[in-house]
Amino acid sequence: MANLGPADYSPYPVATYDGLYTPDEGKAMLLTEMVDEEVAMREVARVMLTSENATIFPGPQVLYAWSEEAKKKATLIKEMSEVLGAKMIPMYDYRPKYPKIDAEVEINPNHPNLTIWHNNIKACIFIGVHCHYANVALKIIRSETDCYTIGMCALSGHEDAMATIRDQHSEDLAKFIEIAKEVKQELGK
Amino acid sequence: MTKRSDMTAEKNWSGQKIVSPDYLLFEAPREKHFMTGSEVVKEAMKRCTVDASVSYPITPQSEAAHLIGELWAEGYIGTYFRGENEFGVMSEVAGCAMAGSRTVTTTSGPGTLRAMENFPMWSGTRIPCQLILMARGINSPLTIQPDNLEVSFLLETGCMIWYAENVQELFDMTIAAFIVAEKPDVHIPIITAVDGFFVSHTRESVMLPADDIALPPYDPYAAPLPPIDSEMPPGRFLRDPFVMKSNYISYATHASWQWEVRSAADRSRKYAKHFLKGLVHTTGDDVADVVFVACGTASHQAKEAHRELAKLGVTCKVVKLRTIRPFPTEELIEATKGAKYIFVPEFNVTGWLYNEVVKALYGRSESEVIGKPRVAGGMSMPVEEILKEVANFVKID
Repeated sequence: MANLGPADYSPYPVATYDGLYTPDEGKAMLLTEMVDEEVAMREVARVMLTSENATIFPGPQVLYAWSEEAKKKATLIKEMSEVLGAKMIPMYDYRPKYPKIDAEVEINPNHPNLTIWHNNIKACIFIGVHCHYANVALKIIRSETDCYTIGMCALSGHEDAMATIRDQHSEDLAKFIEIAKEVKQELGK
Repeated sequence: MTKRSDMTAEKNWSGQKIVSPDYLLFEAPREKHFMTGSEVVKEAMKRCTVDASVSYPITPQSEAAHLIGELWAEGYIGTYFRGENEFGVMSEVAGCAMAGSRTVTTTSGPGTLRAMENFPMWSGTRIPCQLILMARGINSPLTIQPDNLEVSFLLETGCMIWYAENVQELFDMTIAAFIVAEKPDVHIPIITAVDGFFVSHTRESVMLPADDIALPPYDPYAAPLPPIDSEMPPGRFLRDPFVMKSNYISYATHASWQWEVRSAADRSRKYAKHFLKGLVHTTGDDVADVVFVACGTASHQAKEAHRELAKLGVTCKVVKLRTIRPFPTEELIEATKGAKYIFVPEFNVTGWLYNEVVKALYGRSESEVIGKPRVAGGMSMPVEEILKEVANFVKID
């Protein structure tokens, strides 16, 4: 069950209440520290490569062929999962799942902890999820699980994730994949 | 009829050159004009590439709403219509904004209260619309006079609230409001408040950039929620099952959702700091025995009091709060350091700003906070009244 967070009696830790905000342009956040994007990419790759049941959660913005950029990203995310040896569980829409989610095959922003608990996921990447839903999910995960959360965001990033990298477009994902390959080699994997 | 499809990368649909927010607000040459608050709202909206505006008449904002309507007739605004009443207006504003439009409306006093349910719905749906609030008294007895009690009802709606002191600030603030509200990590509604009549109907000198330049259009695809389409009807999540459920999952979603809306307001601080040049503005002595903390026209009167007190040898400072939500707690603490007395002059009977100031300073300031003078119901706030309150605490020769 949740621990008491910093925001009064809410069980939900909220990063902005600790004075943490989305990173400045060109920067990324690792826990409470603003760092260069490449530093964050290396750490994210290390965490994903060394955590149990590391999983990528792709959202609607990369699951559907809205645009050429979405298609490019989807292809790169598939490659990313192969390099990281990570599973992929989609967040294909945002409606709560009743009477029961199939936690084996999907995740939902309204009860993301169920999927993380069920699959014993210790590190995850949110990508292609609309920011509001990512933030709602990240607060719940931060409170209810011990999963290391990573937000790879096309817009401003997510301070409620333990690591967040902003303005991630297809060329940035390609760069991340190359860094992940290097880190993998360094780790002897 | 103006259309988005008439727009190019360089020009908006009315042929205005699209410029950066920084250029429009800080760099473009300006010329002096003499305008009321209502007239300057028209001038601001003219430069904002506004997609939609919904109106309903209520004093003292009716003229501003009417003038925005003229902008539609002149081809500057995408669509403009009158709602059935204020509840209808605010609901229709939500519809326009959810569909991806840069949307503005105006209201006052009883109109604000009539529309009340919509404001937390606006913030909960993360729409970046703007309400220009020309504050007036609220019932009962029925009044049309200036008074800002209505702002207290809006404090916990999840919307950002900014407060302009005069006509110039109203112009700049209503432009900056769209820019900050539409930042993807903010993306919640913004209420830009002014004191009705004192600002809406008072003619002042104001410096305006040329009217052939305008803000870039709103991009609904850089939003934290998907804009509506046939697959995602408006407020889809409002009708989804977790609303109806009583279980821990439902509670957790609601809790997280509400924290997220408030986090969004907090994220606006850095942008507001840039576009408003600070969440608070201070004038007067760096270190002062007497500090006035105020917003809107009360800060103007406090500045007049400061001039009188300076002549009498009393060290004094005025801290004008430009944002009320998010509340500028750290800035206020910094600006009031060393004060013996903090006075909070305001235009309402309940002293909502005094409550906000006391809450922010609690346990973090040694200063005595005095919630006076307080006038209401349409009264003005003469400088003599402020000086009389100060004289109760500070020896004035």
